[in-house]
Amino acid sequence: MSAITAPTGRRARRWRVPIIWWLLLATFLIAWLLVSLYGRGNFVATSTLLNIVERATALGIVAVGQTFAILVGSLDLSVAYLISVTAVMASFIMQGDPSRVPLALAVVTAIGLTVGLLNGLLVTKARINPLIATLGMGLILRGLLNASFQNFAGSVPESFQVLAYGSVGPVPVPLLLFAAVVAAGALVLARTRFGAHIYAVGGDRATARLSGIRSDRIVIGAHMVASFAAVITGLYLASRLRSGAPWIGPDGVYDLESIAAVVVGGTVLAGGRGGVLGTIAGVLIFAILDVMFNQLGIGSYTKQVLRGLIIIAAVAIYAYRSREVVG
Amino acid sequence: MSDTRTATQVPAWRVALAAVGKSAPVFLVLLILIAWITYLNPRFIEPSFFLNFLRRSAPLMILAAGQLFVVVSGGFDLSQGSLVTLTVLAGALLAFGDPANTWWVILVLYGIGLLVGVFNGAVTSYLRVPSFITTLGMLLTLKGLALLITGGAPRGALPPNFRAFGRAFIEDVPLLGRLPWAVIVLFVLSALFVYLFHYTVLGKQALAIGDNQRAAALAGIHVPRVRITAFVMSSLSAVTAGIMLGGFSGVSINVGDGLELEAISAVVLGGAALLGGRGNMPAALAGALTLQALFTLLNFLGLPSPIRVTVQGAIIIGAVGYAAWRAVRAGQERGA
Repeated sequence: MSAITAPTGRRARRWRVPIIWWLLLATFLIAWLLVSLYGRGNFVATSTLLNIVERATALGIVAVGQTFAILVGSLDLSVAYLISVTAVMASFIMQGDPSRVPLALAVVTAIGLTVGLLNGLLVTKARINPLIATLGMGLILRGLLNASFQNFAGSVPESFQVLAYGSVGPVPVPLLLFAAVVAAGALVLARTRFGAHIYAVGGDRATARLSGIRSDRIVIGAHMVASFAAVITGLYLASRLRSGAPWIGPDGVYDLESIAAVVVGGTVLAGGRGGVLGTIAGVLIFAILDVMFNQLGIGSYTKQVLRGLIIIAAVAIYAYRSREVVG
Repeated sequence: MSDTRTATQVPAWRVALAAVGKSAPVFLVLLILIAWITYLNPRFIEPSFFLNFLRRSAPLMILAAGQLFVVVSGGFDLSQGSLVTLTVLAGALLAFGDPANTWWVILVLYGIGLLVGVFNGAVTSYLRVPSFITTLGMLLTLKGLALLITGGAPRGALPPNFRAFGRAFIEDVPLLGRLPWAVIVLFVLSALFVYLFHYTVLGKQALAIGDNQRAAALAGIHVPRVRITAFVMSSLSAVTAGIMLGGFSGVSINVGDGLELEAISAVVLGGAALLGGRGNMPAALAGALTLQALFTLLNFLGLPSPIRVTVQGAIIIGAVGYAAWRAVRAGQERGA
């Protein structure tokens, strides 16, 4: 496993395809088969495939950020409310006026990076368990947000809706956005010093520190990446809904689902092993299942039951292969 | 852990007392909160009001007690809240308002709880899925199941004798006035939980696994069995809390939402270390009571309810940060 996923293993990846991609392929083929036999619509139509990608975009972007947090051995439960805060603040500041877009972007980016910085400081300097620190941060954001906004606030201008509805030639902008975030995430992890340090700190924090890595800074940096990804998701959702509402983050269960996608994608919850590409495979699996359930006419409650069991089963396949003791 | 080391020489009750002393902050905070609430509303410590406060705290305290077994053994149980929801919705659907159904329905509900606990524990132990993911999957599954069987809206009703556990009183008790059933149940279960955690081998084995799983296994502890038992304790406590909540807040589809995180917060306020190895039952129960007292206080202060959520977040961070700071100062490596 480590040969595939460690940052130095780029060469090895050519020889062995990570199991998650087999899972993704199997999911796709099974979905194709089931929909062809029992469903309505054509599963391999361009519209269906775009539908899959569209569903994957919001979760995918936040999950790329979550991958960074989990790789350093932390996690971020505050992303759902940060998504809400971003969407609401962005559309509230824009008020449908294109000239106010840069200001809105600056403000939500500043909020996001501040939240990430605080999360990182709480986890490293105050030594608070990341589950509690980011849960508490999420509660703080939720309270502040709900105290100020009860409903859709403001609106985003037409020009900003390009983010969700525009297309460059035949390619929709969300797909480009998604691809750009994934590429950036993968590049940072594979090619930069920061990326290498993330694997080192996540693998063994004490050893990393003794090797001269300022591990606290790496953890804080990873939390800021996670928050920044949540900001991008928030902006995308605001653009798609044409306005921001306080419930869009928690309603999407982006906190727990992004963690599930990361872990299904083969990143170890304890940190140090995994990567963005696995996460994307995990997100795509969720999206394919979503679309498949829709085309098979399966109700949303049954969908939720199956999704829970699928998360457990997918992680079980991994955990069983890696033969490691987990908590 | 010093309290397990000295267990052979010192009587168990003194060990329990010492453990309480070590995590004194939560009791101090609880006293301060109760004093503050009393200052704002002197009637709060009148028996009937205080018993009512205990009644409202009972479900969270029971959830926290169950959660503690899982947390000290190094895991999480995120499925508690969904199991509470399933208990209430399935209970209403099965009993359909007929008091004659109550007893077998309760049996069925505990049966479901047992299955959920065994599943959580077995998947975590044998398939080596992190408990965070196992119970997160279970959270989604149980909530989906609850919505699926009811079609998304509460159906049926809980019969009066089912609801009695949450809302009935024994009238005219000397000194106390109206004594809620829930408080009696709470005291009996608290005693049982303290006994199981501090006076039987189960609690010590759970602590040992959370501290060092490999060492525990080498010392002859059957790790999967203890872990499964811990998850079963957690699930059964969730069913109990569900029965109580169904009693006093009635049937709704989001009755259990977020309770698992409140229970984990309560346990951590009570000084338990996440990722295992430290924790004690009286402090965890006090942690839940503290959280409930905090909600009550914020209510009395007249803060708008969203701000209460913010304060709750800040206080959880603060409490755990304080515990971590104390641990560092005491020269221990393990943060809370």
